[in-house]
Amino acid sequence: MENRVEIIICGFGGQGIVRAGYIIGYAAAISEDLESSFVPSYGPEARGGECASRIVIAREKIDYPFITTIDILITMSEPAYKKYVNYLKKGGIILYDEDLVELDDRARIASKTYGIPATRIAEELGNRIVANIVMLGFFTSVTGIITYEGMKRAVEVGVPARFREINLKAFDIGYSYGEKLKKERESEEPLRN
Amino acid sequence: MSLEPGTYFFSGNEAVAEAALLAGCRFFAGYPITPTSELAERMARRLPQVGGVFIQMEDEIGSIMAIIGASWGGLKAMTATSGPGFSLMQESIGFAAMTETPIVVCNVQRAGPSTGMPTYVGQGDVMQAKWGSHGPYEIIALSPSSVQECFDMTIRAFNLSEKYRVPVILLMDERLSHLYEKVRVPSKNELIIINRKKPREKKGFLPYKADDDLVPPMPPVGEGYHFHVTGLTHDERGYPHMDPEVQESLIRRLNDKIRKHVDDIVEIDTFMMDDADIAIVAFGSVVRPSIRAIKLSRERNIRAGLIALKTIWPFPDKFFEDISSRINTFIVAEINYGQVVREVKRAIGDKAKVLLLPKMGGALHTPEELLDILMREAK
Repeated sequence: MENRVEIIICGFGGQGIVRAGYIIGYAAAISEDLESSFVPSYGPEARGGECASRIVIAREKIDYPFITTIDILITMSEPAYKKYVNYLKKGGIILYDEDLVELDDRARIASKTYGIPATRIAEELGNRIVANIVMLGFFTSVTGIITYEGMKRAVEVGVPARFREINLKAFDIGYSYGEKLKKERESEEPLRN
Repeated sequence: MSLEPGTYFFSGNEAVAEAALLAGCRFFAGYPITPTSELAERMARRLPQVGGVFIQMEDEIGSIMAIIGASWGGLKAMTATSGPGFSLMQESIGFAAMTETPIVVCNVQRAGPSTGMPTYVGQGDVMQAKWGSHGPYEIIALSPSSVQECFDMTIRAFNLSEKYRVPVILLMDERLSHLYEKVRVPSKNELIIINRKKPREKKGFLPYKADDDLVPPMPPVGEGYHFHVTGLTHDERGYPHMDPEVQESLIRRLNDKIRKHVDDIVEIDTFMMDDADIAIVAFGSVVRPSIRAIKLSRERNIRAGLIALKTIWPFPDKFFEDISSRINTFIVAEINYGQVVREVKRAIGDKAKVLLLPKMGGALHTPEELLDILMREAK
């Protein structure tokens, strides 16, 4: 991990975007003993409106806890993608729900893009509300910033007790999906000289 | 249970609530208002767990009067509000100052005036915190710039209010109330908790007879002390006494008990000030982009430093007097159209250039904006 990583997770209100942001921030600060800051979307938004969580993770004390440019964009809706992709740093990373977001030319600024049908996976698990946690599992796998154990502990703390089981399942599925995708890519990509 | 020592991931609102409980706060009365509703929400859940009382009142006037009553009943008490709610509390802040009632009022500043922008940051209540009620009085106002400071300064706010029997305003802002950061909660041994002085004996006891520190001991209701509490000018017995001489000595003491303890009350953080010839003066969340701007300016060989005000009232006059001879330019960055800048100018006189970098509300200064003015002024 670089010394400072700036992350935005965005989508519609009601998709658990704020919860997911809190869990990432908590995992970094508490599970991993890194420094982190988290700012939830805080405007007059309602369910269905655009929603974003902003997270900064760093190895050292964070002077400026707000986003400047985005290193990692995690997007679960098309409007949110369109809004935030403009702030993505060159060489940044995009994670997206591939059923809900269609990347356009602007995604070329990213060094890597990773798609997952997070909402569909959640629906197959029986509750689309856990799509955010599927995405967190996926994020944990493909970025490697937070360890599997560290994020899992944060998910346990960050979700209501009665939904813990389904959320942990969602987390594992998202994580495995990421691991599989990484392996596929490694075997596809020819060795570069 | 109050919080166990350890590391937590809290928002500013949550940190204030938990710190208040650790400081011994057992009574909260409030009326929910953006952007501090989460503070009341947490208090509503947590106070009953520690044997305390939470009341959602009919409005902000009722809220602050309820905490004044609770404080006289012997409990440490607080309320939290914002914008229009803080305006409604002003009359009673004066009442608390006059009756020397220890209370903590958390005012999470949002963009105003009036209803303004409820969900966006502002710092327009600095002067109101000091001068909002009528008459000559002193209060204390503290301004945190991180979630850890929200925690630490809440405990300090209770300590100062108990020590000096004065309302303490925790002057937060929206950006901090919703920012989540790591908070270290100290162990019980490390925590410094100050409780109000109690009268030493009941016989011949005078409720408004001050000790040498100008603070009178405070009798709790229900322990056999007989006393009277009034917002009218009162003598040492606490009874109304309409006499210019009584007014003279009472009001002098109410002000002097703060003015003579400025050194104990004032806290300032500095960053890279040792060799600085230009300084940003900031408080609250504006401190954060300011630190970044100072670092950026140092990379460009500008000798800039930061003065972060943690105590705003009483204003640290002496600090500015002392430092003014070695600084050419002070840039006061605040989210209003010029409040703290007036105090800085007053303290410094014409010994240095003082500039205002205002924001009308809704957003913080960016590090780049702050760097721009540093580059322009450093020359």
